[in-house]
Amino acid sequence: MTTVSLTVNGQSVTADVDPRTLLVQFLRDNLRLTGTHVGCDTSQCGACVVHLNGQAVKSCTTLAVQANASVVTTIEGITAGGELHPMQAAFREHHGLQCGYCTPGMIMSAIDIVNRKGNALDEETIRAELEGNLCRCTGYHNIVKAVAAGARAMAQEPLTQAAE
Amino acid sequence: MTATGIGAPVRRKEDQRFVTGQGRYVDDFNRPGQAHAYFLRSPHAHAAIRSIDTGPAMIMPGVIAIFTGDDLAADKIGGLICGWMIHSKDGSPMKAGPHPALAQGKVRYVGDHVAVVIAETLAQAKDAAEAIVVDYDVLPAVVDTAQATKASVQVHDVSSDNTVFNWHLGNKDETEAAFARAKHVTKIDLVNNRLVPNPIEPRAAVGEYDFGTDNYTLYTTSQNPHVARLVLSAFIGVAPEHKLRVIAPDVGGGFGSKIFIYAEETVCVWAAKKVKRPVKWTSDRSEAFLSDAHGRDHVTHAEMATDENGKIIALRVHTTANLGAYLSTFSSSVPTYLYAPLLSGQYDIPAIYCEVDGVYTNTAPVDAYRGAGRPEATFVVERLVEKTARELGQNPAEFRRKNYITQFPHTTPVIMTYDTGDYAASLDKALEIADYKNFQQRKQESARRGKLRGIGFSSYIEACGIAPSQAVGSLGAGVGLWESAEVRVNPTGSVEVLTGSHSHGQGHETTFAQLVSDRLGISIDQVSIVHGDTDKVQFGMGTYGSRSGAVGMSAIAKAIDKVIAKGKKVAAHVLEASEGDIEFKDGRFGVAGTDRSMAFGEIALQAYIAHKFSGQDLEPGLKEGAFYDPTNFTFPAGVHICEVEIDPDTGVTKIERWTAVDDFGVIINPMIVEGQVHGGIAQGVGQALLEGAFYDESGQLITASFNDYCMPRAIDLPSFQVGMTVTPCPSNPLGIKGCGEAGAIAAPPAVINAITDALGHEDIAMPATPQAVWRAAQKARMPMAAE
Repeated sequence: MTTVSLTVNGQSVTADVDPRTLLVQFLRDNLRLTGTHVGCDTSQCGACVVHLNGQAVKSCTTLAVQANASVVTTIEGITAGGELHPMQAAFREHHGLQCGYCTPGMIMSAIDIVNRKGNALDEETIRAELEGNLCRCTGYHNIVKAVAAGARAMAQEPLTQAAE
Repeated sequence: MTATGIGAPVRRKEDQRFVTGQGRYVDDFNRPGQAHAYFLRSPHAHAAIRSIDTGPAMIMPGVIAIFTGDDLAADKIGGLICGWMIHSKDGSPMKAGPHPALAQGKVRYVGDHVAVVIAETLAQAKDAAEAIVVDYDVLPAVVDTAQATKASVQVHDVSSDNTVFNWHLGNKDETEAAFARAKHVTKIDLVNNRLVPNPIEPRAAVGEYDFGTDNYTLYTTSQNPHVARLVLSAFIGVAPEHKLRVIAPDVGGGFGSKIFIYAEETVCVWAAKKVKRPVKWTSDRSEAFLSDAHGRDHVTHAEMATDENGKIIALRVHTTANLGAYLSTFSSSVPTYLYAPLLSGQYDIPAIYCEVDGVYTNTAPVDAYRGAGRPEATFVVERLVEKTARELGQNPAEFRRKNYITQFPHTTPVIMTYDTGDYAASLDKALEIADYKNFQQRKQESARRGKLRGIGFSSYIEACGIAPSQAVGSLGAGVGLWESAEVRVNPTGSVEVLTGSHSHGQGHETTFAQLVSDRLGISIDQVSIVHGDTDKVQFGMGTYGSRSGAVGMSAIAKAIDKVIAKGKKVAAHVLEASEGDIEFKDGRFGVAGTDRSMAFGEIALQAYIAHKFSGQDLEPGLKEGAFYDPTNFTFPAGVHICEVEIDPDTGVTKIERWTAVDDFGVIINPMIVEGQVHGGIAQGVGQALLEGAFYDESGQLITASFNDYCMPRAIDLPSFQVGMTVTPCPSNPLGIKGCGEAGAIAAPPAVINAITDALGHEDIAMPATPQAVWRAAQKARMPMAAE
């Protein structure tokens, strides 16, 4: 067993884990943060996307020990004071989800896209940047709309950085 | 229309939990003391099992138990079933081979279940599975659909040539006569490619047994938990029905693949009692590719006859349908009664004859996948109609229009009676949205840039809300296809609706609440929708085949009518009027012609306190149930137009425009309906351009991960132009037709018709990958070389 210490959604956590434990398993099984999902085993679907030190990573392809001494933010960690993050609100407003399974990863990827590409995102950019996230329900039409709207809304929300 | 009533684009109630990571899917459930199951699967497509030595694995760390098919047999656990009996032309019943949950003596496809290891952790279970020694006698495999009956390999003892059934439908003699007098006959050979459903949530199960009460619980990723309970109890014999609770909580997409009762869920419930621990299994994606039921996989030859006026006079179809190694739960119905009855499409075709040969192969079982038979039928009809129009030199839109059914009801030669529709209205609207009149200009612009532009139509029809029960029973269904609902009004006037439908992305918590809000005049926030738990909800039939609006909501509407009727009786006592004078309007019970009235919630309270009437006159309480059995299928229909631009140098097909005009009857929530259309189109485009499950000759699935099986990504798809026309459905009280599968049904022929239009020849199969399109484009450039 190996000891890992990290900050998850603002809370310090320390645990002994099997060295082969994946970050997603650590989040789901040890911390019971089940909002982060597993949809594949080849790092393709993106249901497991979380932020590691402010950048989107696939937690199914990251060992828990790799996150030692790091800051991790999951879907459960972006809601500030009971208010939805603007990207969460945009997904809801634009019907950017159906079964909800890919949604946490989509939202975490979308926030990362905005962090990297800014608040004015055109459709082509959004579609290209969502390459690492699969959705089987929506046909992406409304996800694209949601990401564009969420990106614009994030420009009006200086608090969003605080959640990271 | 109120802000939350029927027709309003209400934002979904369920989204709060999904966007915050608070959804509760099966894998999120962890029961005290749970152990983990891992299934050892066959690496061979076809092999006899000489022996299984679990000894070395049993002594591995953390191993609790290892079970094989012998253990299930010893406990008299039955095999998995196929619930729809198909009879061959000669009247003989389909040849159903045994389908044990864990293999007994033989494995029949790669991924077949050989043994289950139950251990303290999943990692320990996986490690131990590798230590099980299985001595296989590897046999030759048959994988090719078209060759299945000619192979020397025999998949099941019950069928010497791998035939499951030779089935037919239609009027053969009239069809032959029509072909004999035809002016023109168009022929086509089609492969409807095998698909893997791939909901992003893999299947999962947690089985639990309570020794104190003798109660079993199964948490499962199911579209129909009640049917799962029935099959697990009455047929497989895992537990008595009244002792088995099946819970299907939030489910992350299904698309048909979560209708079926599989081996893993069966084994988890059974094993929980054996090891005296809850047993959890979660599929990984690789397992899902191997063992979730696949979809489609047809090989078809079809011919369409036209007369001298360009009128379609007959259609004949021969299809070989690959059903895989075992008959999955509803597999036999998909290429038969969900397929051939749709072969008339939107067209007035007086003579149709269809033969379907169902075959076994050493591949994963094939069953319903979004559309289930109807996409296959639509692909045949719409490819053939398009090709016929081209051969006759007619405009494909106008050729369709000329052959549309215009009088309703219309009975086809393939047992359907279409109740209503206005196909030309959808076509007109689609042509307008697609800016069809300027297409040639766009094509010329593409040509100037060295690109090939094409346009393709799909004028589809489907049959939803499979019913009535009497009718499907006569066709071989083992179940009735009604739906149940219970409307429980609380003393405060809030309402719980218990439904036998199940939501796994469709938004029932919102649309069903809209209906209640609309009918009872209460806030949508005062309504809760309860589904997916057999301890809470009376028997129901679940969600598939776009049935939950037309059938499930009709059951709710029927129960609401009863609540209102009972409420009127209560109101009559409270308002001291005769029952006949009580009106219910805008959420209030009132006495006609007076200003005396009480709100719905006030009457609910009066129903429960029962101070104003005697129990002899009227039962207290306000709760009503209903079972709704439709009078007919519903027939959603529409026109999709796909416009593509092909780069002949790379073979890349870009969808430039997508127009969808659908007639779903009355729409409860247009936002949700459009979302269903988008998702369906994406899956249909996936089939046409990207997706295909391929086995090599030895039966290895060579497209068994998201690296190898090309799922549609955002960059592969355009935004969609979606329009609606409305002819209310006359065969249910809400006028709903159903929208869940339309896109997946309409899309594949629209794409292929566009590509063939661009290429100028018909020689392209699905999936039309860049490589395939590039080859086809070279052929188009060099016609002489291709001869």
